[in-house]
Amino acid sequence: MAKQYTEDLISGLKKDLRDKEERDDNAVERIKNGFIRFKTCKFDKCPKYFQELAEGQHPKFLVFACSDSRVSPSHVLDFQPGEAFMVRNIANLVPPFDQLRYTGVGAAIEYAVSSLQVENILVIGHSRCGGIERLMSFPENGSAPFDFIDDWMKIALPAKLKIKAEHSCLSSEEQNALCEREAVNLSLVNLLSYPYVQKAVADQTLALRGGYYDFVKGSFELWQLNTELSPPIIIP
Amino acid sequence: MLSLLISQCQTISSNTSISLLRSLPSPMAILPPTSLSGHPLSSSSSLSPLKTPTILGFRLKFRETQETRFSLFTSFKSNPAFGLMASKEPVAVGPTTKCGNSKMETEVGVENGCATFDEMKHRFLSFKKWKFMENLEHFQNLANGQAPKFMVIACADSRVCPSTVLGFQPGEAFIVRNVANMVPPCESGPSETNAALEFAVNSLQVENILVIGHSRCGGIRALMSMQDEANSSSFIQNWVLVGKTARLNTKSAAHNLSFDDQCRHCEKESVNCSLLNLLTYPWIEEKVKKGALSLHGGYYDFIDCTFEKWTLDYEGSSLEESDKFALRNQSLWC
Repeated sequence: MAKQYTEDLISGLKKDLRDKEERDDNAVERIKNGFIRFKTCKFDKCPKYFQELAEGQHPKFLVFACSDSRVSPSHVLDFQPGEAFMVRNIANLVPPFDQLRYTGVGAAIEYAVSSLQVENILVIGHSRCGGIERLMSFPENGSAPFDFIDDWMKIALPAKLKIKAEHSCLSSEEQNALCEREAVNLSLVNLLSYPYVQKAVADQTLALRGGYYDFVKGSFELWQLNTELSPPIIIP
Repeated sequence: MLSLLISQCQTISSNTSISLLRSLPSPMAILPPTSLSGHPLSSSSSLSPLKTPTILGFRLKFRETQETRFSLFTSFKSNPAFGLMASKEPVAVGPTTKCGNSKMETEVGVENGCATFDEMKHRFLSFKKWKFMENLEHFQNLANGQAPKFMVIACADSRVCPSTVLGFQPGEAFIVRNVANMVPPCESGPSETNAALEFAVNSLQVENILVIGHSRCGGIRALMSMQDEANSSSFIQNWVLVGKTARLNTKSAAHNLSFDDQCRHCEKESVNCSLLNLLTYPWIEEKVKKGALSLHGGYYDFIDCTFEKWTLDYEGSSLEESDKFALRNQSLWC
């Protein structure tokens, strides 16, 4: 009986290994085919373009988009190689300027604005964002904390508080949808806390834009953050 | 008083035909319209997920862009004491929000003010027509939940988008992009990269993590060019220090090579360091040990368009005794 058990165990482990190898092979095959298609259908068809691109990139956009597999801006807005310096993170958030905590995002903004001198920063939110859903429902849903996700999503806390205060009568789904957009606006405002962004906006060489991709309805919203100085009030 | 306005909200959608929405005036000040026009690669209907991928000759028509001056809508002056004050009016944003300031609308010269918006509108409508509507059922299923098999960590460089280079279609890959495609180790504390790792591995339960480096990476170049101490006011220098082990390894293994070749060596070394950093997360190591998660490295060379790919061989590595790791299934696609 023990012998049978051992044999079953070994054959089970061998099967797991075969399954894993098959999964690995399928995964590798998938990306290999994807690369070959890109090379034959795009790269080899425009050699001069890619040669110039290899010498240096001059994107006009810095894009912040969610890591969600459904919202790649290269699909949704057809960004081609060389057009957009793209940061993707959970819930497409831009934290405020903080040299200790958020060096990753800071590095991307510093590079894009100071070195690449992009002309636009576009922050794109989207429907049914898992990060926003987590923010809006935690800790009321009683789930255990996610160490890193919850810490990251705290950046969007002001957006959550605003939506909960102003739209408490709406369903959670409706509140989440509003928070997804509000978080984009919060990110646009946070961008202005970076000195080089501030300077470029003041010099009018940089535009800050917000976007929202709704893959349920199949729609896209686009807006812009403007800053203006009202005429002074003269106090004699 | 400085106020912030959220303006010019457009909703882009189509009915049965692609209809062009009337452009709203842009209050952008003196800035030539950002042109995305006439892009040689623009073809929106390639690589449909459910069809044999072809490049259609579909070319978007773009308006001629002209050097245009926009009239300033206020007497905005650059102010060294540029500061923000919250607008007194609540800033409401939604699909039906109109421009917040009607005075702004009438004063602005229209010209080609919305060239950027128009470009994006055209592209989105093309995506909707040629991909979304053509595969409606697939997108409806995706809207209910994503189940990607891959998590990809790639550089933010505009030339190396994994959706383009490896043809990942909507739903296939959870993608993180940062400067120099770095993965910080667990002990460095919370960051945007490990928040994404936590989500992908523990919630989405991806089966593969692929870290992709690339040629002529500006971030790696900055890492290799640095003095030993980072300039504390530079975000870039402080961030790329995540790759300091890769720099040390490169300096020791490739010191006799040219600086460019050292950078190239470091680009690949950094990918391997990131793979090892992935294993510092206990919940990742556990899954790798069980065989539920595979860690892959990749290197995209856009000079000669080749892609190298390898997989971390966890069982074959002696990671407890040293940092020596084994690789398997190495291949070069060209």
